[in-house]
Amino acid sequence: MLTAGAPDPLVKPDLKALFLGFSSVGLSGFGGVLPFARRMLVEERRWMTAEEFNAQLGLCQFLPGPNVVNLAVLVGKRQCGLAGAVVAPLGLLGGPMLIVLILGWLYDLYGNLPLAQSMLRGIAAVGCGLLFAMAWRMGMAIKDKWAFLPFTVLVVTAIAWLRWPMPLVMLAGLLLSGGLAYWRLGRR
Amino acid sequence: MSLVVDLFLEFTLLAFVAFGGATALLPEMHRVVVDNHHWLDDTTFTHLYAIAQAAPGPNVLVVTLIGWKVAGLAGALAATLAMCLPMSVVIYLLYDRWESFAGKRWQRAIQIGVAPLAVGLVFSGAALIVQSAGLGWAAWVLVAFTVLINLRTNLHPLWLIALGAALGLLELV
Repeated sequence: MLTAGAPDPLVKPDLKALFLGFSSVGLSGFGGVLPFARRMLVEERRWMTAEEFNAQLGLCQFLPGPNVVNLAVLVGKRQCGLAGAVVAPLGLLGGPMLIVLILGWLYDLYGNLPLAQSMLRGIAAVGCGLLFAMAWRMGMAIKDKWAFLPFTVLVVTAIAWLRWPMPLVMLAGLLLSGGLAYWRLGRR
Repeated sequence: MSLVVDLFLEFTLLAFVAFGGATALLPEMHRVVVDNHHWLDDTTFTHLYAIAQAAPGPNVLVVTLIGWKVAGLAGALAATLAMCLPMSVVIYLLYDRWESFAGKRWQRAIQIGVAPLAVGLVFSGAALIVQSAGLGWAAWVLVAFTVLINLRTNLHPLWLIALGAALGLLELV
């Protein structure tokens, strides 16, 4: 027994443990699995400390792409090198992909039924609500809202209304918004 | 076969701008898949998003579904791989250098600068699904209700999704 307050020793997983651990993460979450990844890595299996998790998540969130897939690559590489970096994301995506493909197949078969269409319309409405809520939460997390939320408005105008291509919008937006952030960081 | 290659190339390009994850990519995926290539129609796109919401797993799986609907199993694998592979390689190579540039002024500037753009992308995705789904007033009430419950309570989103499915089945939304 460890005394209270003493840090638990970290565990080093092998390839099989990596695969199974990330499989459990992939299958446990709905609409984003990042919180489950944290619980598995830091609390349940103790492959990394909370500080290590935050540092690695920083890199994952800095780069584009699905954050949790990026995280799986990082953790896999850290624990088992190249093989781990391949196995961890495969575990993360394998199970859910199978489920989603079965659902896609069912949709091919029954998607035209009025009942299925009605059900999916109801789910889509809830899905929209969840997206609006997510956008709201992300927006509230921004510091200096008066300086940076105008860029949100510009993106919505360009993407949702004018339907401009996203790579161009993001490049221009990043130059303006990142430029402003760079300038403000220098003033402090 | 060329369809699978096209799909792979389009989604590889998308992977490089997917700040905010696959969710933020919804508007651009719609533009590419529905408006430009006419691979899917509005309704199908909305349905695929709904299915991905109701299934367990990372948000990126909506890409798998779109690939599946456009070009079958090969399409599903190609789209998913294209979405995940580029940044996986970059992150694998950057891993050892991250410590040396984390916290630098330009790194923090990008991180701060990207955040408001990602908010705009997610918001645009929601607006786009609303448009494509052709929601009536009752569905709008459901959207508002979902936003409120999701922001104010800790209720698991799955319950809201089940509620949406039930209301849909009863033809109430």
